Amino acid sequence: MSEQHNPMLSLRGLTRRFGGLTAVNAIDLDLAKGELISIIGPNGAGKTTLFNLVTGLDRPDEGAVRFEGQDITGLSPERLAAEGIARTFQLGRVFGNLSVMDNVLIGAHTRLRAVKPAVPVIGPLLELGLALLRPAGVKAEEERLREEVKAILARFGERLLPRIDQPAYSLSYANRRRVEIARALALKPRLLLLDEPTAGMNPTETAEMQALVAELKTEGLTILLIEHKLEMVMRLSDRVIVMDEGKKIAEGPGEVVRSDPKVIEAYLGHGLSGAAEQESAA
Amino acid sequence: MSSWLDYTINGLIVGNVYALVAVGLALIFGVSRLINFAQGSIYLVGAYIGWVAVVQLHTPLPLTIIVVAATAAVVGLIIERFGLRPLQNSVRIAPLLATIGISFVLDQLVMLTFSPNPRALPSQLPDVRFQLGGGTIGPLDLLIAGVGISSALLLFVFLRYSKLGWAVRAASQDRDAAMQMGVDVNRVNQAVFGIAAALGGVSGMLVGMYYNQIDTAMSLQATLKGVVAEVVGGAGNVPGAVIGSLLLGLVESYGVAVFGTSYRNLFAFLLLVVVLVLRPNGLFASARQAPPEPLTGTFIAPSRPVRIPRWVLAVAAAGFAVLPLFPVSFYVLQTLINAWLLGMLALSLTLVAGTMGQVSLGHAALLAIGAYTSALLSLTLNVPVGLAVIGGGLVSAALGTLLISPSFRLRGHYVSIATLAIGEIVSLVILNWESVTRGPIGISGIPPLSLFGYDLISPSSVYWFSLAVMVVLALLQGRLLTSHLGRSFRAIRDDDIAARAYGLSLNRYKSLAFIFGGFAAGVSGGIAAHLYSYINHETFNTQQSILALTVVILGGLGNVVGAIVGSVALVGLPEVFRIAAEYRILIYGIVLLLLVRFRPQGLLGTI
Repeated sequence: MSEQHNPMLSLRGLTRRFGGLTAVNAIDLDLAKGELISIIGPNGAGKTTLFNLVTGLDRPDEGAVRFEGQDITGLSPERLAAEGIARTFQLGRVFGNLSVMDNVLIGAHTRLRAVKPAVPVIGPLLELGLALLRPAGVKAEEERLREEVKAILARFGERLLPRIDQPAYSLSYANRRRVEIARALALKPRLLLLDEPTAGMNPTETAEMQALVAELKTEGLTILLIEHKLEMVMRLSDRVIVMDEGKKIAEGPGEVVRSDPKVIEAYLGHGLSGAAEQESAA
Repeated sequence: MSSWLDYTINGLIVGNVYALVAVGLALIFGVSRLINFAQGSIYLVGAYIGWVAVVQLHTPLPLTIIVVAATAAVVGLIIERFGLRPLQNSVRIAPLLATIGISFVLDQLVMLTFSPNPRALPSQLPDVRFQLGGGTIGPLDLLIAGVGISSALLLFVFLRYSKLGWAVRAASQDRDAAMQMGVDVNRVNQAVFGIAAALGGVSGMLVGMYYNQIDTAMSLQATLKGVVAEVVGGAGNVPGAVIGSLLLGLVESYGVAVFGTSYRNLFAFLLLVVVLVLRPNGLFASARQAPPEPLTGTFIAPSRPVRIPRWVLAVAAAGFAVLPLFPVSFYVLQTLINAWLLGMLALSLTLVAGTMGQVSLGHAALLAIGAYTSALLSLTLNVPVGLAVIGGGLVSAALGTLLISPSFRLRGHYVSIATLAIGEIVSLVILNWESVTRGPIGISGIPPLSLFGYDLISPSSVYWFSLAVMVVLALLQGRLLTSHLGRSFRAIRDDDIAARAYGLSLNRYKSLAFIFGGFAAGVSGGIAAHLYSYINHETFNTQQSILALTVVILGGLGNVVGAIVGSVALVGLPEVFRIAAEYRILIYGIVLLLLVRFRPQGLLGTI
């Protein structure tokens, strides 16, 4: 309803081609403030490419991305992070040699003010000077952010807090995913893009992650979620978008989309073709 | 018009020579994604084996070529088996560093065996010239062209029609898939290194005959030219390497025609930088590609740095500070002064290469900029020496960052190539910009160090001054590392894509790292200029860049204390053991190789 008038994120005709392959094909999407939309689809459907286009890591060949009414098509990832768009990565991209604390502090980078005065031209030099001199304001800011990081890490129970000074490369796979989400939260995002946050997690860990995402949603965060675990998608999503071969093939509430024949065909016809053939043979 | 024809023919002939090196580099890059910095050393070995064969054994030309090709191939196989194969599962930068180490060892062994003096390598072909256009070409030109064309053809046939050739192409497209299909990748690597080395060796011999002279400086020049040609053609692209070589030969030849001989290399490196900036995948690469998959934690060896308690550092610093009060020899102080100067350079490089992940191979250029600035400020503008040294640091920070900035968008090995080229460009500009730098004559009569009007002439005052400057720089850098900039630099090093997604601008933070590092290196160069009292364009050369890199790896990448410990170790230990100067570079090369193989995290660990 409200998304018709005032979408936070809107994509129009977004297209990206790699050689002969159209990875993302004329995608339209509207995401209202506080809404959670899941994007599902077989592997290779173009979901992650779509995320890359929204977060500036890749440029669309056609189409436009609008965020809070502003055209952000083709802006750099740095700019978009400053606008309040945070994302996690499908394969996990933590900073391996940084501690958990430092990883999450990087998430708060765009919120540094005291040490990064917005002065043109000599701004970077001031930043270097302030980092070396560290006047009281800079120290206080750093201290405040460190406390905030601890509060964010506390949301993951005892998973990360005891490991706060350990380098990220020493963490388990699931913990690295958690660090990524903590890093995204430290940005205080207005829009959060989660790329398969539960990939490689066992059922208990998945349930924990699902509870966390549900919590973020009730706090009013706007979320775009790529996820393969359909149960989680059904529980969390306001709407579900199904992609196949770059195109949006269905959109709507979870239960409706789930029984859409086109969706079933996409999954069985492409993603699970081998299994389907075996079944029919048997 | 006819003279243009001559320059074109000359350019094509020289380009053909480069092609022999570049094709070898491209083959190796294609299969193992490695820029083999030892290729020029094999070329050098080929030239000297050719000399032994022709002058001492009086072999006929066909036999000479066979002997050279076979010997060079054996050297290539040894490099692959013992230098590179053990590093297959190490960090990405390890094989690159290993080839640099191997190249120093090989060059130095050749120099120790044959002495650094140039030798004549007589051509074994009749000295007749054929008229062509306004100039002439001789049998050797034709032979070089013939070897180039026929080896390219042979290579084409080998790659296309032989089973091993198929395996090479399969491995170069997808190493893992090739392995799963039963391709013996080690055998492929061996074949490629053998062929590349044979080509490199023969080209070294032919070029030696062409100029009728060989010397040990040929090695680095050949590597640089081969790398330029290869990158211009697109790394790993064999036909591209040939075209890139011909293009490089032509650009140089026309450049020489217009500006003069001393500009030859300047054009080569400018071509490289332009190509790297505009088309980093080479002239013939396909259009933009999706960002590669994460490289998290693969750049430097994960390790926990050794924590040294502050009081130990304070006691050590105090111990070195009071050293001149005891009756120590001038020689000891002199050695330690050199260690402190190298320490400042190592601090700079450990920040840039270790903390920021930009492995610079041209870091001595920052020394040169600082040295020339400080020397010229004090000599021509009568600026007090203390201020002039600071001026050297500032100019080095500003100019160095500006010069290096085209490489900010590059990654991994390409950064190393670009910095190497930029370093060479600085040295060539110093050589050619005579009105300011006094060109090849150099600058003499540089005033000694002085502070607030007092000349620092006694060894102990120079010692204290350089120690104090180094300690201040080290403390500042330690403070930088614990600030938000330290974690930002390291985040960009670990994963630049994730860093950008969190608002870290690569240009901004790489600039800041180079500004800080450039200042430290510039100050070191400035002090050195006033100590030496004479500098020229060769005072700060690639060997110093590599020495600093070895120091940094020895101490642990990014490790401030490690940079200083490494400097004292690499400057001090050869003195303690009274190792002759000509063996030192050999030892640095061996140290680098052993570190990369057995302790990539260095003595004190990476940070």
